[in-house]
Amino acid sequence: MQLVIVDTGCANISSVYFAFKRLGVDAIISRDAKVIKAADKVLLPGVGTAHNAMARLEQAELIDTLQGLQQPLLGICLGMQMLTSHSMEGDVGCLNLIPGEVLPMQSAGLRLPHMGWNTLHSISEHPLMSGFSVTDYVYFVHSFAVAPGPHALALCHYGSDFAAVIGKDNVAGAQFHPERSGKTGARLLQNFLEWQL
Amino acid sequence: MLAKRLIPCLDVRDGKVVKGVQFRNHEIIGDIVPLAQRYAEAGADELVFYDITASSDGRVVDKSWVKRIAEVIDIPFCVAGGIKTVADAGKILEMGADKISVNSPALSRPELINELNHNFGQQCVVIGIDSFFDVASGQYQVYQFTGDESRTKKTQWLTRDWVAEVLSRGAGEIVLNCMNQDGVRQGYDIAQLKSIRDICTVPLIASGGAGTMQHFSDVFNQADVDGALAASVFHKGIIEIAALKARLIADGISIRP
Repeated sequence: MQLVIVDTGCANISSVYFAFKRLGVDAIISRDAKVIKAADKVLLPGVGTAHNAMARLEQAELIDTLQGLQQPLLGICLGMQMLTSHSMEGDVGCLNLIPGEVLPMQSAGLRLPHMGWNTLHSISEHPLMSGFSVTDYVYFVHSFAVAPGPHALALCHYGSDFAAVIGKDNVAGAQFHPERSGKTGARLLQNFLEWQL
Repeated sequence: MLAKRLIPCLDVRDGKVVKGVQFRNHEIIGDIVPLAQRYAEAGADELVFYDITASSDGRVVDKSWVKRIAEVIDIPFCVAGGIKTVADAGKILEMGADKISVNSPALSRPELINELNHNFGQQCVVIGIDSFFDVASGQYQVYQFTGDESRTKKTQWLTRDWVAEVLSRGAGEIVLNCMNQDGVRQGYDIAQLKSIRDICTVPLIASGGAGTMQHFSDVFNQADVDGALAASVFHKGIIEIAALKARLIADGISIRP
């Protein structure tokens, strides 16, 4: 099984790499379209702003590559947001792999960024969510989010509901940081490794 | 519901975890990686590593331990100490830290906060503030270079003013260390934390003074902080994290079990 982590130049790449290493998978970190296309599974990490991250993908000429992937693709945090159609953070078009828009969080006066451990609800029957329950906590750090919609696989509540995990066909994304969410986060990564389309 | 965070703080000197009383007389507690791993497994919600020598010595400090921690730790962690530039911060984040915390260098050059926010996003930028209550004036004042007693000095900032300043420059989280309380385990400075909570629109972490489980319960209930940082009570085994979490849950506080 060859896992490729897309080298987005974002800061959490080594954390994500180590998280898979702890699961016994030695991922390749690459921005080479050929390497990414040849992977069994592809992971799109991301920390920072949508505008900068999309600009980096464009610079590396990876937009078409990511849009054309047939194998499982998982985006994490900003990487998840980039899977959608559009982000209001910098008003930038995204990869458009999963319909949806990234909006400023409607936290109803709660402090932003939404930073810390929170629970999930409305968890779908989906291979990625196998073993998850409403009592599990995962670690979030973000100020923008994807609204709940038909492609949400799990929701989180912080002032209002937002999509914690989204998925469509071979593509999925998690708003939280599985690489920093203890055993629960590791379960999502393990589910991704075992995900058969 | 978003959980309140329990954050063991590991003061680091030359790759070893140390602890002093009111910033003095540091004793070695243990090796950094196994201690970090132990805390993650015990249920810590986050870890903070303060390289306490870095800001005050002005030397280049070996930070390779950050990578060794990132390899084994599956909870978020923040690195503080000696981060003076965007390049310094970038290296630490690349090695796997989730956040960087800046204290003295932000007081010397406040624009650093804007630069860190611009380059890495607000969520990475933690500002540490060492605040000392001056009995004579009845005011809280910000101190700088507290890692080295001989260089520690009072700044021109009142704590409330500095908090407002760092927020306006894009800080994503504030760790307020109440120096009068540090290491003496007499309880968090609830009055000060409450006063800062009123003006702090980002997550606020209480630091300095934890001695009993009641202190944690009080700081969450009375000062509405987002997290509580502590060192000696955890390092010396005075409080076990699992027992503390059970107690806080029983007290009705939102905690990750």
